[in-house]
Amino acid sequence: MGAVVDGAAGRLRVPVSSEQVFKLTRYQLREYLRSRRFVALIAIIAVIGAILTALVAHFRGGLVSSNVAFYGSFWGGGIDLVIVLAAVFFGGDAIAGEFQNKTGYFLMGLPIRRTTVYVGKFIAAYLAAAATMLVFLAILLANGAYYFGTGAVPWQLLLSLALALVYLGAVLGATFFFSSLFKTSAYGFVLTAILFLFGFTILQDVIVGLVKIEPWMVISYAESTIGNVFGSGVNWGIFGTKTTTTTMIGRMMVQSTTWTPGIAEGFVIMLGYLIGTAAVGLLLFEREEFT
Amino acid sequence: MPKLVTVPSIETRDLTKSFGHFTALNGLNLKIEGTKCVGFLGPNGAGKTTTLKLLTNMIFPTRGDALLNGVSVREDRKAALADAGVLIESPEIYPSLTPNEALEMVADLRGVPPAERAERIATVLGEVKMTEWADQKVGRFSKGMKQRINIAATLVHDPAVLLLDEPSTGLDPRGMAEVRAIVRDLKKSRRLIFMSSHILSEVVDVCDEVALIDRGKLLFYDTLENVTTRFSDGHASLDASFARPLEPADDARLAALPGVTGSQRLDPKRVRLRFQGGAGGQERLIEGLVGLHLGLLSVAESESALEEIYLQQISRGD
Ligand SMILES: Nc1ncnc2c1ncn2[C@@H]1O[C@H](COP(=O)(O)OP(=O)(O)OP(=O)(O)O)[C@@H](O)[C@H]1O
Ligand SMILES: [Mg+2]
Repeated sequence: MGAVVDGAAGRLRVPVSSEQVFKLTRYQLREYLRSRRFVALIAIIAVIGAILTALVAHFRGGLVSSNVAFYGSFWGGGIDLVIVLAAVFFGGDAIAGEFQNKTGYFLMGLPIRRTTVYVGKFIAAYLAAAATMLVFLAILLANGAYYFGTGAVPWQLLLSLALALVYLGAVLGATFFFSSLFKTSAYGFVLTAILFLFGFTILQDVIVGLVKIEPWMVISYAESTIGNVFGSGVNWGIFGTKTTTTTMIGRMMVQSTTWTPGIAEGFVIMLGYLIGTAAVGLLLFEREEFT
Repeated sequence: MPKLVTVPSIETRDLTKSFGHFTALNGLNLKIEGTKCVGFLGPNGAGKTTTLKLLTNMIFPTRGDALLNGVSVREDRKAALADAGVLIESPEIYPSLTPNEALEMVADLRGVPPAERAERIATVLGEVKMTEWADQKVGRFSKGMKQRINIAATLVHDPAVLLLDEPSTGLDPRGMAEVRAIVRDLKKSRRLIFMSSHILSEVVDVCDEVALIDRGKLLFYDTLENVTTRFSDGHASLDASFARPLEPADDARLAALPGVTGSQRLDPKRVRLRFQGGAGGQERLIEGLVGLHLGLLSVAESESALEEIYLQQISRGD
């Protein structure tokens, strides 16, 4: 029991931790939404949206052959970049910045658990990033309405959005992990961007090509479900499918193998990444010293 | 239910912190209770900030424990800090916040009831003289202005224990004086204040007790009075200023005053007199000084005694 001193202390009740998480999330979110960074990200997403809009308008053809094909290529083509950018923008210095900018000393003087700080910041970054995803969604829907009318949104989009939201959590989890691993913001930014923009894809190719097993442990593999749900003959299961194709290059016969994750499989893997990275990042932060 | 009244307290038990092979704090045992101001004095690098960070669980001890109001900060930092105000290492406030918003956040997270917040915030901003900046963004503030907001943040919830790490750093002379005045004022409202400083005069000015630390070791912890008498074997000193330069012959007359055991010219118009006899001796000495008709302008207790103790103590390990 804490000692109670006459005067202020007797009547003050420090809010329970869950309430503090909620409060902190609110303050952090306000901080994010006000930041120049948020505006910059919206601008970048607008540019990505504009490029995709122009591409679709220019090539049309197969891209607008059906509403499912359109939504699949537009959304599937842009959302993973949007997610990685948003995660890096909001998560990259979420923890490292507290050390680097000395704002952590302000927070850590308060009666608040480290876990509360971590969770509150995570939720805030997640919500801010998800808000920017909505901007991309709006651009998509506007294009879709132009080509197919407002009623022609395929149900796959909803499923894809759900998968994208899990993917966002996984990328953010990794970003927070790097952010607490290195007390320097730049490392978190750079590592997350490199890994999620092409590092994991390269790793995936290496595993498929050299180790010759299903690359289920690599998140870029699971992430492909976000676009795959729009395809035909979708594998909904928990196991990936292996396709081997043989092509003739000159007189050489080349065999290539591709793996396609099941939708449920992709979901579980991404969720695993989310939980794993968030948990390890939190453990790191619990042990971190404000020296 | 009867109202529970416990005295605020700060306690360290064999508190030790090593960074690699370097021991920044070595077996600190302190038990401070009651409502008073304790100066935590020591030269640069003595281990003051290290101690305060350990007391707030910002860093973790290699050995030992730290307790605030009887609660171990390791076991439950939330409960331990519930009734404490903390200012360590001049923190930065999120630059996009205004003082009002930053203090609102602190009050909210600390559980100050919504109905009281606005008034509390206005009060503490007034105390640090930042009322007119209440709605400007902190990002554009000077170092000293930020420090004032930091001080205000430690007071929003009216805590029983205050941990202040060199609160006047970064402030201009007037700001330093104001911070001292604030701290002195805070003492009136039944608080335990633990304030680090490397400036002796600051500690003498606002504190009742002093803990002296050097190279991670506590040298002593006692009341200012006891420290002075313990180390000065019954001697005290006064600094006397005169309207005109003293003649060489005046030195002898000063030395002959009752209780005087030594004198030292500080400059042509000022002299430091060492004397014995406590308060009574001081009274007789001042009467004697006036009686000499040398154009006495002022008499002040010199800080030299403590200054000497301070310097002598922290150089002993050399
Ligand atoms: N993270 C760290 N790694 C290594 N050494 C450290 C670390 N933090 C502090 N120290 C060392 O511990 C000693 C005590 O440092 P501390 O900051 O507690 O001193 P201080 O009494 O607050 O000094 P000052 O008056 O300059 O603020 C110093 O020698 C310092 O170099
Ligand atoms: Mg210090």
